[in-house]
Amino acid sequence: MSTPAVEIDHTTKAFRRYKSKPTSLKARVTRRKVEAEEFLALDDVNYTIQPGTAVGLIGPNGSGKTTLLKIIAGVLRPTSGMVTTRGRIAALLELGAGFHQELTGRENVYLNASILGLSKRETDRVFDAIVDFAELEDFIDTQVKFYSSGMFVRLGFAVAVHVDPEIFLIDEVLAVGDEGFQQKCLRRVNSFKEEGRTIIFVTHSVDQVRQICSEAMMLTKGVVHASGDAEEVVREYRRLLLTKDVEYATRRETHQIEISGAQLLDKAGRPAREILPGDPLEVVVDLEAVEAVSDSVVSMTLHDQHNVYMYGWSTEDSGVSLDSLSGKARLRFRLHALPYTSGKYWVTLAVTSRDRKTVYDLAEQRWTFDVPPISSNPPVAYIHTDVEVERL
Amino acid sequence: MSPNTQDATVRTSESPRLRPFARVRDIWAFREILLNLIRKELKVKYTKSVLGAAWSMLNPLFYLAVFSFVMKVLGRGIPDFPIYLLSGVIAWNFFSGSLTLATRSIIDNTSLVKKVYFPKEILPLAAVGTCLVDFAIQFSVLIVYMVVTGYSFLGWNTLLVIPATATLMIVTVAISFWVSAVNVTYRDVQHLLNLLLLAWFWLTPIVYASALLQQKLNEFTVGGKSLFWFYFINPMGAVVLGFQRALYGVVAPEGQPVLADLSLGQLWGLLAIVGVAGLVLLRFCWATFFRRSGDFAEEL
Repeated sequence: MSTPAVEIDHTTKAFRRYKSKPTSLKARVTRRKVEAEEFLALDDVNYTIQPGTAVGLIGPNGSGKTTLLKIIAGVLRPTSGMVTTRGRIAALLELGAGFHQELTGRENVYLNASILGLSKRETDRVFDAIVDFAELEDFIDTQVKFYSSGMFVRLGFAVAVHVDPEIFLIDEVLAVGDEGFQQKCLRRVNSFKEEGRTIIFVTHSVDQVRQICSEAMMLTKGVVHASGDAEEVVREYRRLLLTKDVEYATRRETHQIEISGAQLLDKAGRPAREILPGDPLEVVVDLEAVEAVSDSVVSMTLHDQHNVYMYGWSTEDSGVSLDSLSGKARLRFRLHALPYTSGKYWVTLAVTSRDRKTVYDLAEQRWTFDVPPISSNPPVAYIHTDVEVERL
Repeated sequence: MSPNTQDATVRTSESPRLRPFARVRDIWAFREILLNLIRKELKVKYTKSVLGAAWSMLNPLFYLAVFSFVMKVLGRGIPDFPIYLLSGVIAWNFFSGSLTLATRSIIDNTSLVKKVYFPKEILPLAAVGTCLVDFAIQFSVLIVYMVVTGYSFLGWNTLLVIPATATLMIVTVAISFWVSAVNVTYRDVQHLLNLLLLAWFWLTPIVYASALLQQKLNEFTVGGKSLFWFYFINPMGAVVLGFQRALYGVVAPEGQPVLADLSLGQLWGLLAIVGVAGLVLLRFCWATFFRRSGDFAEEL
């Protein structure tokens, strides 16, 4: 294995929140005690990133993603632990950092590029490409205070993607500009990846993680909740989001009704790991009502290995009433013919109130089955087709 | 960290010890930011004004007008007062301008400090650099003025410009580091500094004759030594005396004592001592800055 590009070793970051921090000498002199409470933005984070890897950092707001990025960038210091980086870093923590309103676009490009670590000569070389990328040929000698916010952001991103880093840190900045420009930025980041640069990428968009990253790390309250294969981590993140409560370990399932178990059965009624295209699938759900609940709905959803939502059905859709469910019950979803032709599928089961606001129990992507490919070039869907020949 | 290295960069909780020479290399690697920030500062300062760079000349001219008038009213004028005044005021303007600008340099660049990694020394240095450009302009204007009016100043004394400028730079950078770092935590430092600079200005023989200062202080002795020698705890005293001797030149024009009665050797020695003391001060202020700079992003 090559030398890692980034090593995060037992990194902890504590912030002090002052109740009343003295911000003047006068206050310092006249007040004796400073009350402060500490909170951990990062708690013993460990991760090693190999060169050329694109890592997505995901997690709910306030989970410490940006803090971690800032420590890697060198803007913040860890409270304990160590972060080692190898190679030139460009940190896109803010687009157009240091842009000054009074300067022209051209002057700001040089200023911003130097802040991101480019020399004047290097900037000269990529200047035209920057202007071209930002689509600002006609405005480059205008003061940026006359720019629209879109133009401002485009110029900021254009400069950023033309620096030549070995490690590229991106903090939620791809969520800017119009759709077309976003796609352009994503393509640029993708080409960075193909050139073998290391990318660490903070985002709320799991789609972007899946498009760009091979690995991901999910933080919740400063703790690494999941890390490794991007698809797996994204799945875990989805699971967490679906509980509606993003605070880990306090999922707000009421457990008035519980999913005590479930089974996937094939056409012969045997537990199934593999379902052939066109075959039926039966999902057997065992429920146990701890308390009598009057308005429960059981729903089942399928996601494919890319976490794309494929199918969903609920008792409500079938007009099945679960009113006054008490004690144990067994429920069967019978899917008559699966149209899928290959891949891995994940089953999620949920028991909710009819308005979906209360989650009684949730089993997110806990069951899986494979569909073996029917040919070397599997089509999108399997359609049960009969062929008949009539001799005339 | 140098931006072009494959060497591992390690970040830990401990603020690394300041190693000045290695740190200078780090800052050098980021010199483009420094130059661009100075360029930006000057541009912003001058593009919005009608007179542009002429402002930096107007400032000393204004001093000249006001103090010439006051001196006339008070009688007992110093011969060639404009040259006497300007030779001291230019150095003082650089000093006080740098400190004032540097104090706010970190908090004025909050977005940079919080979002980008670079040696934070760049920010106060950019403030000093901006004032250095003004200093150069004003200095040139004074030279032109002296040449045009036919004031003779060239001689061995002129060489004093070198140690005086060096000492001025060292002291200015040192104090700039300190005030900019401390002002992040205690924002009233900037107000305090303004008061301090006002007192400091009058404690330094810029408007009044330095001979007068020497004469008054010689009336007192501490441990058998004239109090005058202890006066140079004020580093700007030595700097201003150096500039005055280098440019104004004559100790007692028309028999009237104006400059402090020191030999060129004494002035060189004085500036050397103050310069070395300034380096010690710089080391201390820089270490303070360096230690605190790791927390700037959090404190802002």
